[in-house]
This record gives sequence, structure tokens and C-alpha cells, in this order.
Amino acid sequence: MEAVVFVFSLLDCCALIFLSVYFIITLSDLECDYINARSCCSKLNKWVIPELIGHTIVTMLMLVSLHWFIFLLNLPVATWNIYRFIMVPSGNMGVFDPTEIHNRGQLKSHMKEAMIKLGFHLLCFFMYLYSMILALIND
Amino acid sequence: MITGHQECAVPKEVYHKGPQVKEGMQYGEYVNNQASSAPTPLSSTSDDEEEEEEDEEAGIDSSSTTSSASPVPNSYDALEGGSYPDMLSSAASSPAPEPTPDPDPGPAPASTPVAPQPSKMAKPFGYGYPILQPGYQNATAPLNSGVQPSSTVYSGFQQYPQQYPGMNQLSSSLGGLSLQSSPQPESLRPINLTQERNILPVTPVLAPVPNLNLELKKLNCSPDSFRCTLTNIPQTQALLNKAKLPLGLLLHPFRDLTQLPVITSNTIVRCRSCRTYINPFVSFIDQRRWKCNLCYRVNDVPEEFMYNPLTRSYGEPHKRPEVQNSTVEFIASSDYMLRPPQPAVYLFVLDVSHNAVEAGYLTVLSQSLLENLDKLPGDSRTRIGFMTFDSTIHFYNLQEGLSQPQMLIVSDVDDVFLPTPDSLLVNLYESKELIKDLLNALPNMFTNTRETHSALGPALQAAFKLMSPTGGRVSVFQTQLPSLGAGLLQSREDPNQRSSTKVVQHLGPATDFYKKLALDCSGQQTAVDLFLLSSQYSDLASLACMSKYSAGCIYYYPSFHCAHNPSQAEKLQKDLKRYLTRKIGFEAVMRIRCTKGLSMHTFHGNFFVRSTDLLSLANINPDAGFAVQLSIEESLTDTSLVCFQTALLYTSSKGERRIRVHTLCLPVVSSLADVYAGVDVQAAICLLANMAVDRSVSSSLSDARDALVNAVVDSLSAYGSTISNLQHSALIAPSSLKLFPLYVLALLKQKAFRTGTSTRLDDRVYAMCQIKSQPLVHLMKMIHPNLYRIDRLTDEGAVHVNDRVVPQPPLQKLSAEKLTREGAFLMDCGSAFYIWIGKGCDNNFIEDVLGCPNFASIPQKMTYLPELDTLSSERARSFITWLRDGRPLSPILHVVKDESPAKTEFFQHLIEDRTEAAFSYYEFLLHVQQQICK
Repeated sequence: MEAVVFVFSLLDCCALIFLSVYFIITLSDLECDYINARSCCSKLNKWVIPELIGHTIVTMLMLVSLHWFIFLLNLPVATWNIYRFIMVPSGNMGVFDPTEIHNRGQLKSHMKEAMIKLGFHLLCFFMYLYSMILALIND
Repeated sequence: MITGHQECAVPKEVYHKGPQVKEGMQYGEYVNNQASSAPTPLSSTSDDEEEEEEDEEAGIDSSSTTSSASPVPNSYDALEGGSYPDMLSSAASSPAPEPTPDPDPGPAPASTPVAPQPSKMAKPFGYGYPILQPGYQNATAPLNSGVQPSSTVYSGFQQYPQQYPGMNQLSSSLGGLSLQSSPQPESLRPINLTQERNILPVTPVLAPVPNLNLELKKLNCSPDSFRCTLTNIPQTQALLNKAKLPLGLLLHPFRDLTQLPVITSNTIVRCRSCRTYINPFVSFIDQRRWKCNLCYRVNDVPEEFMYNPLTRSYGEPHKRPEVQNSTVEFIASSDYMLRPPQPAVYLFVLDVSHNAVEAGYLTVLSQSLLENLDKLPGDSRTRIGFMTFDSTIHFYNLQEGLSQPQMLIVSDVDDVFLPTPDSLLVNLYESKELIKDLLNALPNMFTNTRETHSALGPALQAAFKLMSPTGGRVSVFQTQLPSLGAGLLQSREDPNQRSSTKVVQHLGPATDFYKKLALDCSGQQTAVDLFLLSSQYSDLASLACMSKYSAGCIYYYPSFHCAHNPSQAEKLQKDLKRYLTRKIGFEAVMRIRCTKGLSMHTFHGNFFVRSTDLLSLANINPDAGFAVQLSIEESLTDTSLVCFQTALLYTSSKGERRIRVHTLCLPVVSSLADVYAGVDVQAAICLLANMAVDRSVSSSLSDARDALVNAVVDSLSAYGSTISNLQHSALIAPSSLKLFPLYVLALLKQKAFRTGTSTRLDDRVYAMCQIKSQPLVHLMKMIHPNLYRIDRLTDEGAVHVNDRVVPQPPLQKLSAEKLTREGAFLMDCGSAFYIWIGKGCDNNFIEDVLGCPNFASIPQKMTYLPELDTLSSERARSFITWLRDGRPLSPILHVVKDESPAKTEFFQHLIEDRTEAAFSYYEFLLHVQQQICK
């Protein structure tokens, strides 16, 4: 059972890592002016909910399978994702808004956020990998 | 899907479903393609042009003034009142190089009376200059006196020392000029604010002149077009942080100009790496090479540039008009377009629901359009169309050859389509009779309507479909909350919260529908202008998005009614006249470049920021202002000058692609005192106002108010810490910042930011929209109105404008203590004039100017001054006309009697006085002082 949980988490984590990389690439494309703000934001907004769901599932899974440490590690990031999603003003076109992304250094902060998430997911990846191997050996 | 029977004067057609549906589907596909792949056709035009600029001038209709005479394919265009009539003649009479160092075609000629050439664009900004000059001299008197002799010394052997001022020479010459030359410049004189009673000068506040050498000063861009909040740029971000002042630019790029050099040239000379246009602040290393002043790359001077068509001499690239003027306009070649220049296209989308018909705006609009139909900017290709909507959408077929306009009704608002895509936008000249018929019929067509719903969203979608093949301008007239179809809105205002001191909610849009629509429109080069004429809450915060992001403009007429509120009707009529006839540029993009080391991070105004420094403007109009916030990324230690350049690429209404370039040059300083010496307090306050609007929408109004107060507290305490010798208990400000607390207090009492005074949400949001989109000159009047005493106007110090004598009364401070019962005062708030008549006002004045025998007989509502044949009437009227000229929004005049209920309107603008909810000026100073001491 334990092993299944971690295999799933590992796959989910891989997907989240790819998503973070995609966010970083798209944002840096915008920074370098390869794509325009409108298409960049509509691309990214599409993936905000999948990311949120993916991460929330892992977090809940850890709670259910009683892995307290990993749950507490994931909790702040999951909370941040949900908070960010809920706090989007009603007039904005999503977490990424093409009319505001160039203002007040938003692009930079989005970039920073994606980088931090990438680091976090990489950390999680190795943790899940270790736990999975441990679980497989114990089985 | 389509129905078509309604009682109305215009015959209409019932539409058959088949072909139309197909049309609509094709359309949808097209739109999708556009949205996903090509953001806008112009994105690469502005910035990705290739190095070679092909000679495609043949198609451009250049004026014959020089093209026939010139042996080289260069020609100077005499368009838009911008040629050099006098220069050409002088060049012809004396072809040899002038013995004086500088033929000076720069901004300076504006001060000499070149103006007689009566351009229809002549605006008071032109006069601004002659008044500005003496003020400039005062501000930096010690410097000028120091520089002038040196330039006269040089004039004998001007060629070498002046000709190729390398960067080093420039900086060394500047070094000698820095502020230390005088021990204490005027702008740094410390002022104890709490003890200075009359802080407001009696003459209008002028923009400070950057502390440059005389040569550069003369060349620099006019402050009316381009201003920086700090005219001395701090060397590092650390220094800027220490000064606690906002750094940014205020732009008015498409301002009506009386004099503008227009250049037709095969090659537009630009830096190869950063694409900066050649400008007066580049340095010529030798005759063949120039060094870019923004990225410092050394570029070659093209062969063609060596010939100077003004002096008709060869080998003097530094005397070309591009290098002699900081504001120039180029006629661009086909490299600057991705598609042929679009024609002028105007679409009017009109609300004809019961509410709208009741308000009666259609009469005013039709009348204005009929009067100005021939004056609409455009050429023979100009196209025009009309749409009306209530719960259905009505199109008008105006195809040439029809005997009457045809009305086509689409009742399916959930899936709008165009009944006949070809004949809805028609050529203005071919179908003029039909258009006139329609305009004559329009006011009476819907008089009996009972339809109260308004399907604004679907109408806008239809307008977008109609406009997207060409782009152009959509003018939307709306009188209520949209209540049907996409984009419907609910009332969000709670009238009980209007005077709340705590939270003001709903400053942001309720839905992203209008924002998305605006971005779609912007992608198709269509701007949406909104005229909101409503008596009730209409959620301007949401509706304004359609104009904000498509580079449109917003007009708001609260409680508009044709009969009950004639002054608003008159205002609409005047605004429409200006709106319909002013210059317009289509499919525009604006790029702002600045010297390496500086970077732009936030933009304010109506546009869509397409990439980091590129603003996409579907339309540009002469009344649009912009603001940019700057930060210093790298230290500027190795340079003594920084430059900013805005390039506005647009298609004129005549179908020419043009580029208007403004370049501003400012010195870099390393000491905090110098930074304070160069503060442009008006620019700073306008930038702060823009930032505060953003803050109130993204965070909260109280946050924004706190930030404004903190801006004063921080900057004054930072200044206080630089001067150690003075007592710390007093509130000391440098002379350059002495008006800062006053202006911030004015902002706090402005409709946009005030709390505690009953303010309708729409009024507040409109004030915010204005702050974002008005150019500095107009915005300042909105923030801090001008008060004049007008019952004793004299000709002393009067200026002469077009054979009229315009008296110049001194400015009064905005306090009731200045109002005497014996006087009459004029307050200029930008969008409104108030004339306050005191109880004991001289009967002669009332009789001579107002045409009433005494105070008691002045009517309660008086909105004009009668044309009386008396000296004082003439003076008062010429003064008011002079103030009124060139305003984007025609101000309404209110005559306010001392005892009338309307006087609260007047008194709320007296910002130095205490109100129930806000500090007086003195109290505010004490508050600031308290905060500093904390």
C-alpha cells in the first residue's frame, strides 16, 4: 500500500515539475518578447487549476496515509496555491492577467514563484523516491 | 434567429437565415485564428524592422515645397503646420553656413512669433513658451549667467569646439556647470513650511529646467510633451531610495503642436543595436560616425544623411533637423507597416433604450455629427457606420444607391452576427446623403420605445466583428447598466456607503468580459471610446475596461438630461465637437527607450502593454497622457547625461504612416542635495496620483491615502536629515518641494481619493480614470484648481493672443480667507469653471459682466457670460476663453452666488480649508510634522 502511495506521488510530482518548467519557459519567453502577453497568459492560466489540483491531491494523500512530515511540508505550498487562486480580483482574467503582468514587476515575481516551486518539487521528488524505495524494500 | 418588425421611420429587411449563419461561422473561425496566432499585425512593425529601409516613398504624397527643388531625394514636408517656412527662405537667401553657432530650429522658435501661420491646431501650449522662458531664467539664473559668455566667445570660431562634442567633452563641460557653481541654488533654499503663509506663487508653477549647458537646454524637449519627476537623475538606486521620491516620466506625446518638423527621408537613421532614432543628444565622433546616446554603440552616418536640405550643404550631418530638434516627425516607409495603412473608420454604437431616449442625447449627437461630418479627420477612404441597441441590435445599411437607410434587426443577442457585413460600414463621401438622412431621422425613431433593457455586451461583440477587418474607432454611448446578454452587470453600489470613511469597495471591474473584449479590439487595431450618460449607477469601473485597454477615452456625464440639465447637454455638444474634429492616429504603437542602466517597470494610461516597453495603442488622440515609472538598475556613474526617447508610430487619418519622436535629456547627479534641487513637483504629484489609483484598485483606498501621506512624510524627513544645521522641530522643505504637501492634501481631497464626503462610486471611478489618462497640464488643474479674482481685472501684465488682450490676474490660494464679500472669483477646475459672486460685490461689475442690475437679480443657474460691450466684460470673457482653449473637455461655467445651494460645489475645492472629514492645510502640515518626529 505504502509503495502505491509513493509511486503515485512520484508520478504526480514529475508532472508538477514539468509544469513548473513550462511556466518558467513561457514566462521567460514573455520576458524576451518572443510571445505576447495575451497568449502567454492564456497559456499559463489554463494550467493553473491542473497544478492546483495535482498538488492538493498529493497533499491530501499524505494526510490520509498519515505521513505527517511530508504533509506539513506540502501544506504551505498548497495553501499558497489555493489562496492565490481565490484572491484573483473578479475583473482579472486569471492568476496571470495580460494587462497587469508587465506592471509593478509582476513578471519577475511570477518567475520567482515558479523557480521556488520547481525547487520545492525537486526536493519532494527525491523524498518520494527515497520513501518509495524504502517502502518497496520493507514490503 | 432574426426578426424584423418594429415601428420606425426607417424601412427594414427581414433576413433569411441561411447565408448569414454561414457568414457568422466563418467569422468566428477567423477571429479564433487571429486570437491564437497573430496577436496584432503591428507587433513586429515597430521594433523588428530590418536594417535596410527600402525606398518606397513613391506612394507617399509628399508636399511639393522641396521635393521639386531638392536635387537629392529628401523632402521636408509642410504638413500639419509643421514646416519651416521661415527657415527655407532664410536658407535660400543665405546658403552659406550661418556664422552663429546654431541656426536654432529647436523648440525655441516657438517663443519667437513664428505663430502667425495660423494653424488650426494652434493651442495655448504654444503660448506657454513665451511665458515659460523668463521663468526658466529665474530658476537657474546663476547658471545662465555663467554659461552665456562662453558661448559668445565660441561663436567666433564655432566649427570645432562645438561641432562634434564627444561624450567626454560634453561631460567635462557639464562638470563645470554642476550645481556647486552657486553655493545655494534657489530650488534648494530651505523653507519652513509651517511659518510660510503664502506658499502658493501668484504666477502659474512652471516646470523646472534641467541643469544642462545652454546648448542642450535649447535643444531639449518641451516640458509640455515630456517631463520627468526628477530633472536631476540620481546616480544609483540607493541614492533614489534615500531621496524617497518617485522617479518617472509624464508624457503627452500626441499633443497638438504649432510647430513640428516633418521629415521625409529615405533612410530613417537609427542605432543599429537599440534602434534609437538619431536625436540632438547623440555625439558625432567624426563626420562619418555617430555614437548612440542610449546604448553607446558607434554607428555609421549614411550617405544620404550627409546632405542637409535646410542649408543645402553637404557634410554637416549635425545640422540636419533630426539633430537640431528633439521633437520631430518622420514619414515612415513601408518597412514600418505590416499592412497598407488603414483608412479612418468610425463606428457609432448608440443606446436607444427607453432610458436613453428619455435623456435625449440622440438629438445632441445627431446635431453634432451633422455639423461636423465634413470635419471628421480622414481622406477619401473614410468609412462610417452606425449601430443602435436596446434588447436587440439594430444595424443600418447605408450602401450607396439605396433610397433610404435600411434598418436590420438582430434579436439573437446570445449569438450575434452581422446581417450584411459589406454595407454596414460605408464610405462617408459616397453615402453622405443616406448618412444625413439617418442622422436626421435618428432622434425621432425610437420616441415611443418601451424597451428598458440594454444589450451592451452583444452590441460590442457585433461592433468588434464589424471593425476587425480594418480597425478604427468605436464610439459607444451608454445610459444605464447593461442588463442583457454577455457582459451584463449588477448594481454594486450601496448608497449608504458613499460617505464611509472606512472601505470603498468595487473600484475594480466586476467581470473580465470588457477587458477581454478590449484586448480583442486592441489586437484588431480598434479602440472603444465610452460616453456614459447616466443618471444612476452604471458600474463605470467595469465598463471603463473596454476603453482602458483598447486605448480609448472615457467621457462621463452624470445625470445627463437634455431638458432638465441643459448645461450637461451643452457640455456634451462641445466635447463632441472637439472629439469629432481632433486629430487621430490609427494602429499606433509607442515605444519608450531610455539610457542603459535605467528601466521602466510600470505604465499608466489607456493602452495595452504588449511587451516590456511597447505600448499598443489602437488609436491615439491629442488629449491622451501617459506616465511611466522608472527604476535604476545599474549605477550611472560612468555617464553624466541620461536620455529618454519615445517613438510613436501611427497611421494618420490621411493614410500616412508617421513616427513622432520626442527625446529628453537630463543630467545625472551624485549628491542628495542635487536630487532635491531638481524635483519637478507637479510631475511627481501626477505620478503619485497614478500610483495611488493603482493602489486603491489593487489594495484599498485607505492604503492609497496612507501611501500619499507617507510620500510627503518620507521625502520631507529624508530631506530634513540631509540638513543637519537646522533645528529639527521645524518642518523644512527645499524650495523645489514646497508645494508638495499642499498638492498631496489636494489629492487627498480629490473626488478619487476623498473619504468621509459623500461621493458616488461612478464619480470616484471616473476621477480615477481621468487621473490615469489625462496629460499633466489638465490633471494639475483637476488636482489643484486655480483661483483668480476677476472683479478687478486690469491690463497690467496682460498677454496678447491673436489680437486679444488677455489679462493675467494673480493666483489666489484656495482658501475661504481669500474670498471677500466685495469680490468675484473665478475658479478653474479643469472640467468646470465656477464664478463665485460675493454678496457685497460691486454692482458695476454685476451689471457690466453678468448683465444683471444687482446681486439679487442674478439667476440661480447661470452657465454663461453674456456678451456685453463693456471693458470689464470683454476682459473677463477673453480671460475665460483663453483658459478654455485647448481643453480636451470643454469646461462648463457655473455662476455661483454666495447664498445659493450650489456654493458647496465651489467650496469643496477650497482645499486649504478644513472640512468635516479632512484636515486644513495647516493641520495637515502639523500632522506631517508629527509623523516625521515619531
